[in-house]
Amino acid sequence: MKKNNKVGKILLDNNTYIIFLALFIICCLLSDKFFSYLNLRNILLQQAGPILVAVGMLMVILTGGIDLSVGSVMAVGSSLAAVLMSSMNVPWGLAILIALAVGVVLGAFTGFLVAYLNFQGFVASLAVMTIARGIAYTITNATPVNLKSGTLNTLTSKQFGYPIIIITILMILIFIILEKYTAYGRIVIAVGSNSEAVKLSGIRVKRYLLSVYVISGFLATLAGIFIAARSNVGNSTIGEGQELDAIAACVIGGASLAGGKGSVTKTVIGALTLALIGNIMNLLAVPAYPQRIIKGFIIIVAVLLQVVTDRDKQ
Amino acid sequence: MENAQYRLEMKNISKQFGGIRALDDVSVQVRPGEIHALIGENGAGKSTLIKILSGAYTRDTGKICMDGQEVNIASPLDAKNLGIAVIYQEFMLAPDLTVAENIYIDKLAGKGKLINWKKLKQDAKERLEELGFGNISTMEKVGRLSVAHQQIVEICKCLTRNAKILILDEPTAVLTVTEIEKLFSLIRLLKQKGVSIIFVSHHMNEIFELCDSYTVLKDGKYVNNGMVQDVTTNDLIHMMIGRELTQMFPKRNAKIGEVILKVENLKAENKVDNVSFEVRSGEVLGFSGLVGSGRTETMRVIFGVDKKTSGKITFMGEEIQPREPKDAVQKGLGYLSENRKSLGLLINQSIRMNTTLASLNKVTNKGFIRHKYEKEYVKNLLSQMSTKYGDMDDKVNSLSGGNQQKISFAKWISADCKCIVFDEPTRGVDVGAKVEIYELINRLAEQGVAVIIISSEMTEIIGMCDRTVVMARGRITGEIGKEYLNEGTIIKFAMKED
Repeated sequence: MKKNNKVGKILLDNNTYIIFLALFIICCLLSDKFFSYLNLRNILLQQAGPILVAVGMLMVILTGGIDLSVGSVMAVGSSLAAVLMSSMNVPWGLAILIALAVGVVLGAFTGFLVAYLNFQGFVASLAVMTIARGIAYTITNATPVNLKSGTLNTLTSKQFGYPIIIITILMILIFIILEKYTAYGRIVIAVGSNSEAVKLSGIRVKRYLLSVYVISGFLATLAGIFIAARSNVGNSTIGEGQELDAIAACVIGGASLAGGKGSVTKTVIGALTLALIGNIMNLLAVPAYPQRIIKGFIIIVAVLLQVVTDRDKQ
Repeated sequence: MENAQYRLEMKNISKQFGGIRALDDVSVQVRPGEIHALIGENGAGKSTLIKILSGAYTRDTGKICMDGQEVNIASPLDAKNLGIAVIYQEFMLAPDLTVAENIYIDKLAGKGKLINWKKLKQDAKERLEELGFGNISTMEKVGRLSVAHQQIVEICKCLTRNAKILILDEPTAVLTVTEIEKLFSLIRLLKQKGVSIIFVSHHMNEIFELCDSYTVLKDGKYVNNGMVQDVTTNDLIHMMIGRELTQMFPKRNAKIGEVILKVENLKAENKVDNVSFEVRSGEVLGFSGLVGSGRTETMRVIFGVDKKTSGKITFMGEEIQPREPKDAVQKGLGYLSENRKSLGLLINQSIRMNTTLASLNKVTNKGFIRHKYEKEYVKNLLSQMSTKYGDMDDKVNSLSGGNQQKISFAKWISADCKCIVFDEPTRGVDVGAKVEIYELINRLAEQGVAVIIISSEMTEIIGMCDRTVVMARGRITGEIGKEYLNEGTIIKFAMKED
């Protein structure tokens, strides 16, 4: 009886991984094209950006906030880097840095509204979402910006070992360490569980609140640049709805939108779970619109499982 | 046919959570129109028993009878239909709705009709008048009422559902002395109307003043029951903790040294009017007065939560201007909030995380947490305080009230404070744990910490403090040395008009 409980607990605690694994096996069975080097590599190249956005979103969600601006900030990253390179002949490395700096400023602006002017994260990031999309449209005139070969697309080249995959893995590692092994990560989680108590413990809560939006802005910009790198086109329309996928990835990974609960590793798995669903449906030639319906239901199932886990723990 | 002389009879109730037996073969009987005290330390199983009665939990084994008939309580709705109502410490009220709406919340929208405001107001008014609280405005939003009046609204709400059994879970914890008197007369009125009342309290004097009979639980087991008139306070305490409580307030052997905190002419917008006092190393200073007299507000200003308008705060000989709690904590000031759950602890996070929250620098190295060292550190600290817990990575809300409070203490002790303010340090804590908390406070004073205790319990102030200042309406109305400290003097100053 007791042993049974223990096994059950382990299964429930790790249901994010189990769902992913089950899905992975199902995908292998459904299509022989799925488990091929080319397909899996493409998934990784495609998902590098969305994973980073989800990790940034998780940091915000841990504090009990939400960042709806990530999709638009991605567009700013993609557009700005491209425009700097094509119209102003800025070297691509520098263009990336400038774009990232702007992304950080956008994140800091959202964070400032939340931390210092007491905006709700939803409202502040909704405003910045509109602003950022406007910026992306304005600087590109809402037309795609083609880039020369040998610039941004270096980031996706096989020759250099697919830099975007390496950078993404590096980022994931950094955030796993940040969450589990640093005072910073602990305080972010603490703020999400009870910011007033954290403040009374002598911690400057506002700075931490601001910082998570900065992180989210930074990672979203980086994601936008990655997407530009893959197509070698800067585009102001990318990232529409990406905020919802990122939130879904966090939730599938067991994060609570109330804050104080979530895991970087599980969020990454959550993002990959969504990716697998999309990928297998493409391989099976399911049309795009029904895909969304199925995806929605899978999110519901994942959340239901989380609810069961929580109830069991109580 | 069961024994029909009892309104409520719970027989051989057991309930298990995982490996823990929360209730083990417990029986309780309550007669109609009787006020029954449910007594036990935190963790004795009172809450579990109440939750089984209210349908929040289902029992594993045992039988529940009402008026001789066996009943089945499988959900809160069942309990409600049977006429069982619970008033928890956290009220189940909608703060933005009016008093009248709250009282009739489950009868507001019936069969697609519109709300008949006139009748609603009228009915609510009558109900409140029956209870002797006609002065509560039926159209006021509940969130704007005092806590005491919110409690009345909650009771009134339950009575409109024809409650036969009313369970009050530590109802006096949030009330002032005069409010408690009013509540007691209301409870006696309900008793006359034949309502059976189960009363949970840690205060022995309240039990003797109000209750007819009692049941004592300890560690989930039934210990004894009987009539209150047949026992003494010591008997009950003995049954509760299983040993004699020789000394409620243990002796302290502290040397009073130099002034640590000195406050001069402190003023703030909210309830702090020209407050001056000082506290020395090794000294325990009491802050007495009614709830809302400005005690907590004063400390919040000193701690940098609220802004001061004028005045001077000197800490360890240096003038400080705390603009946020961080400034105060850095200097060595600690403030243990009166509201453990909303302002003190991260209730959904681990024991470990809570313990080191105010002293992360001690367990980190360049911002990195030294997990192994931290575990060792927390283990040592908590064992010094004889805290009972399963795993330090369990959530804090898995602990009893007394142990939760010890975690709050550990947090500030770990921060090496020179001066700690304890705001209602034993609220919601049972008798046994209270003594342990007093011992902890004494130990701090002996180590040279300047201690300030804010408390509404006069026995606590009298038993613990070297010196006491009394506040009323934001001002200090008196300062009393230990030799003159008694309830009469405190009340005299606390009620002082100007």
